[in-house]
Amino acid sequence: MDETYAFLANFAQTGGLIYFMAIFAGVVIYALWPGNKDSFEEAAHIPLREDD
Amino acid sequence: MAVRKARHLTLEEGGFALSLTILAFLCLIVAGRTYDQVLAFHAVVLTVAMLAGVFVIFRRYFDEVNQPAPLEIDDRPNYNMGPVKFSAWMAVFWGVAGFLVGCIIAFQLAYPALNLDLPWTSFGRLRPLHTSAVIFAFGGNVLLATSFYVVQRTCNARMPGQISPWFVVLGYNLFIVIAGTGYLLGVTQGKEYAEPEWYADWMLTIVWVAYLLVFLGTIWRRREPHIYVANWFYLAFIVTVAVLHIFNNASLPVSIYSSKSYIVWSGVQDAMVQWWYGHNAVGFFLTAGFLAIMYYFIPKRAERPVYSYRLSIVHFWALIFIYIWAGPHHLHYTALPQWASTLGMTFSIILWMPSWGGMINGLMTLSGAWDKLRTDPVLRMMVVSVAFYGMSTFEGPVMSIRAVNSLSHYTDWTIGHVHAGALGWVGYISFGALYCLIPWLYGRRNVYSLKLVDWHFWISTLGIVLYICAMWVSGIMQGLMWRAYDSLGFLEYSFIETVDAMHPYYVIRAIGGTMFLIGALIMVYNLIMTALHSEEAESASEPNSGLVAAE
Amino acid sequence: MPLFYLKSTIEKTEGMRPYTPLELAGRNIYVREGCYTCHSQMVRPLRDELERYGPYSLAAESMYDRPFQWGSKRTGPDLARVGGKYSDEWQRDHLIDPRSVSPTSIMPGYPFLMDKTISARGIEDHLKVNVVYGVPYTEEQIAKASADLFAQAQPDSDAAYEFEERYPGVLVRDFDGDPTKVTEMDAIIAYLQMLGTLVDFDLYDEKANLR
Repeated sequence: MDETYAFLANFAQTGGLIYFMAIFAGVVIYALWPGNKDSFEEAAHIPLREDD
Repeated sequence: MAVRKARHLTLEEGGFALSLTILAFLCLIVAGRTYDQVLAFHAVVLTVAMLAGVFVIFRRYFDEVNQPAPLEIDDRPNYNMGPVKFSAWMAVFWGVAGFLVGCIIAFQLAYPALNLDLPWTSFGRLRPLHTSAVIFAFGGNVLLATSFYVVQRTCNARMPGQISPWFVVLGYNLFIVIAGTGYLLGVTQGKEYAEPEWYADWMLTIVWVAYLLVFLGTIWRRREPHIYVANWFYLAFIVTVAVLHIFNNASLPVSIYSSKSYIVWSGVQDAMVQWWYGHNAVGFFLTAGFLAIMYYFIPKRAERPVYSYRLSIVHFWALIFIYIWAGPHHLHYTALPQWASTLGMTFSIILWMPSWGGMINGLMTLSGAWDKLRTDPVLRMMVVSVAFYGMSTFEGPVMSIRAVNSLSHYTDWTIGHVHAGALGWVGYISFGALYCLIPWLYGRRNVYSLKLVDWHFWISTLGIVLYICAMWVSGIMQGLMWRAYDSLGFLEYSFIETVDAMHPYYVIRAIGGTMFLIGALIMVYNLIMTALHSEEAESASEPNSGLVAAE
Repeated sequence: MPLFYLKSTIEKTEGMRPYTPLELAGRNIYVREGCYTCHSQMVRPLRDELERYGPYSLAAESMYDRPFQWGSKRTGPDLARVGGKYSDEWQRDHLIDPRSVSPTSIMPGYPFLMDKTISARGIEDHLKVNVVYGVPYTEEQIAKASADLFAQAQPDSDAAYEFEERYPGVLVRDFDGDPTKVTEMDAIIAYLQMLGTLVDFDLYDEKANLR
């Protein structure tokens, strides 16, 4: 019990931060990747393209 | 199209008919054997509702109208808008009901005689009714209506199922009725924003799974290669709320013949789970879900794409990963270990960034079309809502700082903060969405009267300002009075003196809330007239409206 | 302001015991009426709160609380240490008509608690569910739960004597001043009068739990 607690506390205070920073960096890279630009442009127009 | 007789029930119809019959039978047994009057009442209501559902399924079958609706007509998706219309109107109804109860309890705090000394009219029972009515009944129906609308339109596909979408919207609203009547009759779990008892929780769980399946099924059928960002936000909202709901309501009933249950978690653990739930309910119900509305309805109404689609992706993932950790800031200085609340505080401050990223994205969508704010009060309402989102997501992290929290916690400041977000952000984006949705659903070009939208906007904005300012002043004053010392080193004020000092602000708050309610009533009239008003009459009245002409 | 680190999440604390059936029934009334919407049960370690309410709340003090009732708003004062602060008569009069004892109070009145007699129906089940979660009720306490429910508010009865053996040191009084029946008022006052009184802070070793 105490060890689990210490582990969780330690992870939350250090490891978790690094882990989420890494994920966040990944997301930013994905969003800014030049190759994705066109498909994002395309997606942004979805709501406006509907046939009414 | 020629009607062909379906030879047998579809799997979906048969499944629903069978499960509803079994459940109705179980409810009937409970109703017959329980000594708990409220549970008996609820079990009877559920039995009747389920049998009515079975009846409708079979009547459709025997009347030979249970043909699966065509997915496409003339190569265009045949959208299923019935459940959307239903939820939209339920949102309007529950909104007014919830605001009204809010006004009643606001006046009760100013004039306690209004509690009437009766159990079912006292503040303690009406307050959960107010919070649940506005968050889950009003907000929930807005999210159901808009999510079913948006996911179909942006996926170019009809949502799956004949019965399932109706099961979701009807089941959800029945859950609201069960929960709400339960509060009034004294059935509650006593956990804020999670008051419904165990059987209502089970009901919501089943409905929610159906909701998730219908939503995912629509995405599965999409004819667009890309899943539009609004759908990501809706999906995060649906999935996260399911998880939060299950963990925070893990309880064992005293017996299946009793409405009372005891929660698995106790004390500190329960507090942790509760505020992890409470905060993420704000994050994923009241933020992610309504951000989805922002990402669809603002671009659509402004007739231009979102400012930066890339920013919206970063916004989405940042919000998902950071929000989950911010809950413990509700528990500063309590018996919770300090590192946990420090962690909560840190993430709350980091959260400021994606929130403002989202706000900028919403606002900048209008760049180059700012004049529309002048001419289109619906768009103005939504843009002001995004500004309120920015304001309350700025205030939130500030209040999560331990030093600020020691003053603000337990005071009306929190109430003011919540209402800045609730009335300003959630309320206005919902009103904006309804003002767009109802005309679209009824094939109208616009709402009945933009002038009335303008009135709604200004009356309720004034109401919000009164409300928030009153709560700021009373909250900070309360916090300062509690910790004030006189020159001899004694506490300067008794508790009751601090209560007395709040009276004028409680009156102002109640007036502000009433103005918000009046605004909503104007909206009700306007939306009903939109639905009733025929197209010819609309074009005839158009020259009279300066606002429409300006467009 | 010293900051208090609690060893692990819940430290070992002398004096904690499960609620008696009457207190549990009172607590359920507290939950039912939504008292938590205006009253917190959590004294923070801040100077003014220590002086106004008493020693700050320990994690262990809510170890049997299902649900926890720390609250989030103090429209009224904190109740974590309200036990023993006022007499039973004051509590009763205040609950019936708050403005009779505190003229500017904005609390609702709860006169109906005096009229509703407490029901023992299913009270054993309430204790049993708590036992599932590890609350240390004994077999005997469960078997005698319905007798104990009434006994705590009937100090002159024979059952009260047995009750005191099962729950040593617990208050046994006619809380609502109406000896003819055991009402919801008895239950809620029994609950309020024990709130925050279980841990003896003269004996509590603060240093043992500092980290």
